Amino acid sequence: MPGTFIDVDVDPAVASDPALAAKLTEVCPVDIYATGGEGGTLSINEGNLDECVLCGLCIDAAPAGTVRVVKLYDEGAVLSS
Amino acid sequence: MRFFEYESRQIVKAAGIPVSAHGFARTPEEARRIAEEIAAPVVIKSQVLTGGRMKAGGVRFADTPEEAAREAEFVLGLEINGHMPRGVLVDSKVAVKQEFYAGVVWDGIRKQPVMLFSDMGGIDIEEVAETHPDRVGRGHFSNLTEVSDYEAKQVIASIGVTGSALTRATPILARLARLFVRHDMTLAEINPLALLEDGRFVAVDAHMDMENEARGRQQTLLKALGVGDEETRQAREATPFELAGEEVDAQDHRGVAGNVTEFDGNLGLVIGAGGGSLTLFDAVRAHGGKPANYCEIGGNPSVAKACGLAKLVLQKPGVEKIAVMMSIVSNTRVDIVARGVIKACLELGYDPAEKIAIFRIPGAWEDEGFKILKKYGVEYCDRSVSMHEAARRAVEKIQGVAA
Repeated sequence: MPGTFIDVDVDPAVASDPALAAKLTEVCPVDIYATGGEGGTLSINEGNLDECVLCGLCIDAAPAGTVRVVKLYDEGAVLSS
Repeated sequence: MRFFEYESRQIVKAAGIPVSAHGFARTPEEARRIAEEIAAPVVIKSQVLTGGRMKAGGVRFADTPEEAAREAEFVLGLEINGHMPRGVLVDSKVAVKQEFYAGVVWDGIRKQPVMLFSDMGGIDIEEVAETHPDRVGRGHFSNLTEVSDYEAKQVIASIGVTGSALTRATPILARLARLFVRHDMTLAEINPLALLEDGRFVAVDAHMDMENEARGRQQTLLKALGVGDEETRQAREATPFELAGEEVDAQDHRGVAGNVTEFDGNLGLVIGAGGGSLTLFDAVRAHGGKPANYCEIGGNPSVAKACGLAKLVLQKPGVEKIAVMMSIVSNTRVDIVARGVIKACLELGYDPAEKIAIFRIPGAWEDEGFKILKKYGVEYCDRSVSMHEAARRAVEKIQGVAA
């Protein structure tokens, strides 16, 4: 479920990679990402989505185009890194 | 922060100002013991941080230690303006020839402390200043250099006190002024300062208020008085609304969204930026608005924190709209606050465009913030609109609602 203002879209291949999941968890300053899935895969803390500070660190931490931060208040504009 | 009278007496005494013989008691037995030591008629005074003690029966007289214990028992059980006493002050009943007033207060306009002295003590100095302005001597002094006895003497002499009384009162006022500066007081007064039959002056009652922000550097004094960190010593107890504001602020470490003070108006305020919040509060009032609260938001609070504060204010009975206003912010993100206040409206089932009278926070990330506000139809403005004008617009909107 998206936040009121922000949503994130993570490629399933990234979400299922424990190393990338750990990296996303580490870089996010507002704990949107967690390694709460089975075997250390990625889970999203939906309650924290609206805390996103648009820093783009998650976009930079993953392979290009695999993580998208969507600004729901701006007609779905996608944050660029 | 305010001090109890028994603490104020200790502060005054430590500064070298004579005080009448007294002691602090928490039980009738202690009161009896102190009265025995004084070995003279005593006054039993309730120790509460509120006025109107005499009227409420919190000041009693006793001629014997047994009577002192009985009166203390009565006073210890007496609630005054919702306050139960901390204890009682057992004070010797002195033979007073004349009552004077000695005080030092902070003059916010001159940005200097001012010494006050009057030969009409024992009553409110404000009343004396209004009805007999010529009977109140005044003298500003620097809080950077030590005040001299001569400066104090000039203040006392200006109301016609001469001779022995002038000589004896001078060091008292000078010492009061020095303790005021040394202990970061906002008010230090002795009322009455009693002139006894034998020509001596003694402090019969004292009242001290210290700058709350000075608690950190006044730890030695506070420890000596036994005042713990948990004692806020505000002028009144925090209301449930204000306590809820503290909880919102405590929910995470990011930024500030709290310091809430409750008022009984209909316009909720989510305001901040240091002095900006005071300016905005005053601006709302200057335009005829009735604030429902004061608060401080800043330092880049989280969305959840901004949301929590806005929800608290929106849910306060009587609040019709909220105004979200700050001066120009650099360390608080406009878009984060915008998300917080809009989320508060949505979660409470309100239309943000209806409930937010105005959003005037220019500064960091304002473009993103304005996009959010635009999407939800909230009236917003940038730095080209002054804080006063924003306040005026908010008041105009809410007055339209009231009409």
